[in-house]
Amino acid sequence: MIRVLIYRIGLLVPTFFGVTLIAFGFIRMLPGDPILALAGERGLNREFYLKLLHDYGLDLPLWKQYLVYLQNLLHGDLGVSIVTQKPVLSEFFSLFPATMELSLVAMTIAVAIGVPAGVIAAVNRRRALDYMIMTISLIGYSMPIFWWGLVLIIVSSGILDLTPVAGRISMLYFFPTPTGFMLIDSLLSGEPGAFKSALSHLILPSLVLGTIPLAVIARQTRSAMLEVLSEDYVRTARAKGLPVLRVIALHALRNALIPVVTTIGLQLGYMFAGALLTETIFSWPGIGKYMVDSVFRRDYPVIQGGLLLIASIIMIVNLVVDLLYGLINPKVRHRA
Amino acid sequence: MRLAKKPFIPLLVAGALMTGGVASAKTFIHCSEASPQGFDTALYDGSETLDYGPNIYNGLVRFTFGTTDIAPDLAQSWDISDGGKTIVFHLRKGIKFHKTDWFTPTRDFNADDVIFSLMRQKEENNPYHNYAGPYLYFNAMGMPDLIKDIVKLDDYTVKLVLTKPDAAILPDLKMEFALILSKEYADQLLKAGTPELLNRKPVGTGPFQFVAYKKDAFVRMKANPDYYRGKQPIDNLVFAITPDASVRYQKLKKNECQTMPFPNLADLDAMKNDPNLKVMEWPGLNVGYLAYNTRRKPFDDVRVRKALNMAIDKKAIIKAVFHGEGTIAKNPMPPTVWGYNDEVKDDPYDPQAAKALLKEAGVSKLKMKLWAMPVQRPYNPNARRMAELIKADWAKISVRAEIVTYEWGEYLKRSRAVDRDGAVLLGWTSDNGDPDNFLGTLLDCDAVGSNNMAQWCYGPYEALIQKAKTLVGQRDKRAELYRQAQVIFKAQAPWATIAHSKVHVPMRKNVMGYHKDPLDRHDFEGVDLVE
Repeated sequence: MIRVLIYRIGLLVPTFFGVTLIAFGFIRMLPGDPILALAGERGLNREFYLKLLHDYGLDLPLWKQYLVYLQNLLHGDLGVSIVTQKPVLSEFFSLFPATMELSLVAMTIAVAIGVPAGVIAAVNRRRALDYMIMTISLIGYSMPIFWWGLVLIIVSSGILDLTPVAGRISMLYFFPTPTGFMLIDSLLSGEPGAFKSALSHLILPSLVLGTIPLAVIARQTRSAMLEVLSEDYVRTARAKGLPVLRVIALHALRNALIPVVTTIGLQLGYMFAGALLTETIFSWPGIGKYMVDSVFRRDYPVIQGGLLLIASIIMIVNLVVDLLYGLINPKVRHRA
Repeated sequence: MRLAKKPFIPLLVAGALMTGGVASAKTFIHCSEASPQGFDTALYDGSETLDYGPNIYNGLVRFTFGTTDIAPDLAQSWDISDGGKTIVFHLRKGIKFHKTDWFTPTRDFNADDVIFSLMRQKEENNPYHNYAGPYLYFNAMGMPDLIKDIVKLDDYTVKLVLTKPDAAILPDLKMEFALILSKEYADQLLKAGTPELLNRKPVGTGPFQFVAYKKDAFVRMKANPDYYRGKQPIDNLVFAITPDASVRYQKLKKNECQTMPFPNLADLDAMKNDPNLKVMEWPGLNVGYLAYNTRRKPFDDVRVRKALNMAIDKKAIIKAVFHGEGTIAKNPMPPTVWGYNDEVKDDPYDPQAAKALLKEAGVSKLKMKLWAMPVQRPYNPNARRMAELIKADWAKISVRAEIVTYEWGEYLKRSRAVDRDGAVLLGWTSDNGDPDNFLGTLLDCDAVGSNNMAQWCYGPYEALIQKAKTLVGQRDKRAELYRQAQVIFKAQAPWATIAHSKVHVPMRKNVMGYHKDPLDRHDFEGVDLVE
């Protein structure tokens, strides 16, 4: 197991450098540059434009810019945003807890509903319940997120008045947020009603963000369960007269979980990186929206740093998932 | 701390985190469209950032509420001499800078603050010259060449010396790059090695003082107790950052905020019919246009330009693109700018006459590029749709247009090229309410290759514009010259003038005292919430 771990961590290093190259090259392939984006409609005279290019090191040959970027990276410096002039790392650290909180709650909902739904569908294969669950999951998977978010806002917040429209907490609360996780900070604040407000603000965005993973998890669980349920040992367990629930939960589900955990891991990675639409609709101050704004502004350091951080998170999540296999399935542990 | 159970009802609060001991607080929430890029407004030109200008700072001069008339602000009065090249400002006494957790002023506002605020943008050796990025607006307005020096005559008198007379200098000084910051605070930050805080923890003299900012979430301000025009009726002002217009509308409906900018035009009818809401609207200081390249054939022939203009059905554009919430433009500046010439007759919509004019010019089977902006702007909320309508109109006179577009920065860069191919859809929102900001900035000879997208340099027009620039403080004479210039513009038709949009600010019914700002800033001075 330790050898596997060392091997996997070793693989992260070239992957990391590959990501730096892609991040650096990708944004420079787009038309425009940060100075043009900064100048906007009013424009700049050519002399001032060239001066700014020079000030930001954008007049250097690309390979030199890349080397400077790598050099700074090795010193732990992701650079400074051209637009806000703030260090990229500190901007991300201030926004990341919001994305993480939203993603974790969304994933909790997706797993809590998706796994049982998949199991129920598998156990009721080709019956009405199975068709119903799979149809709903297909709809969930195909749902345009932006539309879904607005529908939920209009129905739940507008018509039924059940939830707040957007944001992380009512603007009427104002307290220190040392952890950046609003649920925790609202509890720590001791403000009456603050936690409830934070929780109610999480409902719609986490439902929206969790919709696609929920559908994927439900379908993956169903497919994995169907495979396991047809195994001899499951038939044997049933033949021996074990209660159905015990067979499903203890014997079948545990073995079916490996591909499901992979799916959950991948989906969680995508969530961290892809919460953009949800963050935009619900005015959620996370990293997705920050990244997209930066692409429009051609804010190279932010895009490079952001892609690198997101890629690192996905790599780490994948590594953790691989390690989890061993815990779930002893066969994997022994093979390692 | 919880500030209020319902945002529109003032209530008692237990603590006083934001109001320093006051037991009750009235909180006003504005759903703003984007995060500010910073709080030193001299560094930026986006409306999401400039909105903080009038709320946190003051300038030497300001607009009288709802107009573009220049009025005293931190300067009580001024004297213009030396043919308009020297202006002596007499400063107001007893003005306090904000007292905050991070700065306690030891003196009132004075001449040092004026010199610091402006000269840091000109002098490259000033420690605040490049402390948080370039001073884009100061440069874009040509200030480095225009301002020669600012001299302190005494603590409450400064002399601004220009290299040449510029009639628009006072409106320029109203702009956000010329707002006044505290030199004492800047010096203190420099000493502490944290000059960047000037842009992050702002200190001004305005009606509200900064409290906190969380990126993409909120900006919190509270009323300045020492504001020279009196303390504000509301205690706390919160900008809740809400990028999506539909979501802003839902929040407004639920009273999660009390005002919002930039509504979807399609939502306006519903907003106007909502008994809990009202929509304030006024003509925007903008113009949307289509600029030909007058240096390329066949657009160097005025008959061709006129013919193309006459083939455009502007009424249909106003209906389809602006949802009826705009007016047809006949001049290159909106009617709300002084000097507007209402006598000018617009080119009639007459495809038959247009066809005949093209024939007279010897042009047949014309193929051309029609540039559509890739972004939404108030003066053009849907450039692609507008381009499609124009293309269809031109097809009726046998002109084949190919619609092209580029990434926004690239679009602007390529549009400015002197040898650009085709006609460009673009527009302009005034910087300062002065006619020169349209007629000069967009159409004079100096602007060829930059903001003059028609690449049009026409002697008789140029002579009028340049003469008007020198008539400092002579508004009537300037207005007459601008009226003549608009006649020449119309006859020469370097653009098809398309539309002026309206500004809409939907708000809760109980919002009182909101001012129509001609430059579309969201200025909350004097705003109140009533039962």
